[in-house]
Amino acid sequence: MFGLDKKHTNLLLLVAALTMLAPFILNPFPEGSGMAQFNAGYPDLMQRFVIFGIFAIGFNILFGLTGYLSFGHAAFLGVGSYAAMWMMKLLTMNVIPAIAVSIVVAGLFSLLVGWISLRRSGIYFSILTLAFAQMSYALAYSVLTPITGGETGLQPKLQDPRILDGALEAGASPRANLFGLEMTSSFEWSVGSWLFTFNVGYYVAAVAMLLSFYMAIRIFNSPFGMMLRAIKSNQQRMNYTGLNSKPYTLAAFVVSGMYAGLAGGLMVAMDTQVGAERMFWTASGEVVLMTILGGAGTLIGPVLGAGMIKYMENIMSKINETILHQWFAFLPDGIENLLVAMVYPFIGKGWHLTLGLIFMLVVIFLPGGLVEGGQRIARLFKRKKPSSDTPDGKTTPAE
Amino acid sequence: MEAIILQILNGLDKGSAYALIALGLTLIFGTLGVVNFAHGALFMIGAFCAVTLSRLLQLSHTVIDDSQTDFLGNPLKVEVPYLYDIFGQSTGDAIIDWAVPISILFAIPVMIAIGVAMERGLIKHFYKRPHADQILVTFGLAIVLQEIIKYYYGANPIPTPAPDAFRGSFDFGAALGFDPNVIIYPYWRLVYFAFAALIIGGVFAFLQFTTFGMVVRAGMADRETVQLLGINIDKRFTLMFGLAAAVAGLAGVMYTPINSPNYHMGMDFLVLSFVVVVVGGMGSLPGAVLAGFLLGILESFASMREVLEFLPGLNQIIIYLVAIIILLTRPRGLMGRKGVMEE
Repeated sequence: MFGLDKKHTNLLLLVAALTMLAPFILNPFPEGSGMAQFNAGYPDLMQRFVIFGIFAIGFNILFGLTGYLSFGHAAFLGVGSYAAMWMMKLLTMNVIPAIAVSIVVAGLFSLLVGWISLRRSGIYFSILTLAFAQMSYALAYSVLTPITGGETGLQPKLQDPRILDGALEAGASPRANLFGLEMTSSFEWSVGSWLFTFNVGYYVAAVAMLLSFYMAIRIFNSPFGMMLRAIKSNQQRMNYTGLNSKPYTLAAFVVSGMYAGLAGGLMVAMDTQVGAERMFWTASGEVVLMTILGGAGTLIGPVLGAGMIKYMENIMSKINETILHQWFAFLPDGIENLLVAMVYPFIGKGWHLTLGLIFMLVVIFLPGGLVEGGQRIARLFKRKKPSSDTPDGKTTPAE
Repeated sequence: MEAIILQILNGLDKGSAYALIALGLTLIFGTLGVVNFAHGALFMIGAFCAVTLSRLLQLSHTVIDDSQTDFLGNPLKVEVPYLYDIFGQSTGDAIIDWAVPISILFAIPVMIAIGVAMERGLIKHFYKRPHADQILVTFGLAIVLQEIIKYYYGANPIPTPAPDAFRGSFDFGAALGFDPNVIIYPYWRLVYFAFAALIIGGVFAFLQFTTFGMVVRAGMADRETVQLLGINIDKRFTLMFGLAAAVAGLAGVMYTPINSPNYHMGMDFLVLSFVVVVVGGMGSLPGAVLAGFLLGILESFASMREVLEFLPGLNQIIIYLVAIIILLTRPRGLMGRKGVMEE
């Protein structure tokens, strides 16, 4: 189906089912119960899951396939965001032109950056992309303030021209919409004590993610994808056979830049604001974390990694000491306090510590990320010989 | 003329910090071949060594002082640092005042221990892995170290002042025969520069004039041959990792009065010092030092008002711009050795 073999069709359908039913799956606990804080099925977080999923899928096309480790991908996301915001300010609050322009602009910008950065490989490539991203960040923060809004960032304003939209009614504020359907509007359905939220913005982003995922599967299985993997495993040999690898790596770079632009455009479509901090190099580092954590070079890995990090960021960080004391309240006081003191540094505000530890453990013991971990566990239970055609996700650099 | 001297001076202290961190990074890369993204975290830990020591020195206990009374006539409770009990008030005060320089003594063993533990515990297992894996695992380690510091010291910058004697500014212009009050420069930055020069000179002398340094240099040039000669080069390289950590840590200790330490200062410096290393040439120690000072001074020249009027925002991007140009035109960096990480 869709030009995919059976295995990948099943994978795509599974992901489609999971994203479409996410409001149910992520809300397993009834409202008001003690576990309700683990519910991730609210629109803001679900949107982030899929948007960062797109970002990581795109990053994985570059890093997972070619082995080029870019530390500057957030710049493309930021550029895409700014482009989308300007479409909303000048043309219309409809998200379609905004997202389209964000992809194109991010693609052009990544063409420029990639064309220069890809002259070098290995760590030099990482430093070059990092330098470009930091330059974009610094410029967006200071000199380009008329375009980027500097420290305050950009929001749609009432007096913006918006030549395609009619005049707003008095008291109405400009809202991102899809042909009149507002991104922020939700349909809420309560069943018993469960409350499920179906958000328009989430479904727009989810459809975009499914399309991106489908594209990624096609790229992974295409001759182009094979060529990229060949570059990763031995670029020198590719060059000796008389092949110029630059167009392929550049194409991969631009494609992943366009994915980042799409993610940036969707971010703007969801919360209609943009600031320079989303271009800072730690944001680029975050997408590296997501991809490696989930499994670089695998299809589903980056999405898993993005979901895991965003879940930790939004859910684990909310757990504070009082909640911990409630959990361990059944224990004697001394043990309770000891347990709380032991667990507390790792959750709540310290969730970054847990993330760093998990990340280190994954890099040390599971170079294939969570996907490899899952495969190992599955193998343990099935006792079946591993299929040889699954990408092993080993990160050999392009040197 | 005055403006030029002033900008060179301004560039020196930042340049010193860049040079020290880049020197440590290059030591690690040149000896062990490891790209250490946790080096900024070592700088930060050094800074927090100073914070820790100055807090330890100020540990105090409460004493009821009969000679002072509050407004109700009761004797006042006074916090007395333990140091007063040991050394008396004036010496105790002096020690607390000089906490930052004293921290150097405290930081050296701590940093060497941390460096050796890091190398033996983690980095050792990554020699054979690709550079991308080394970057990733040390990046993870940097996050972990940063979060541990944040947990214990909080997220806010902690002011750690220089000793009183160095708190003023030195009128450089008057000393050189220009008008007074044109070129003034804080004493502590002079101290920082002198300190950096001392450390850099010390590291070079250590490598150049001691047997240990000679063996290490031989190992950097050809590790296998040195091993075949029956020398345990791994042990020496581990110590070099400790030394590199100590250099980064000392850079951090002395930087605390210039910039109050916070948990993410390491990450802020890491990116720039990597750029410095690459500009200087991977694996070249003189290159790292030269590039550190060069980029520091360039950065301060780019923030002159005359330059900013002409090219706004240049001070924000000059280092990256220089790095991009150098990387594209001189693949080995300024002073890189032939054959070391050219691709």
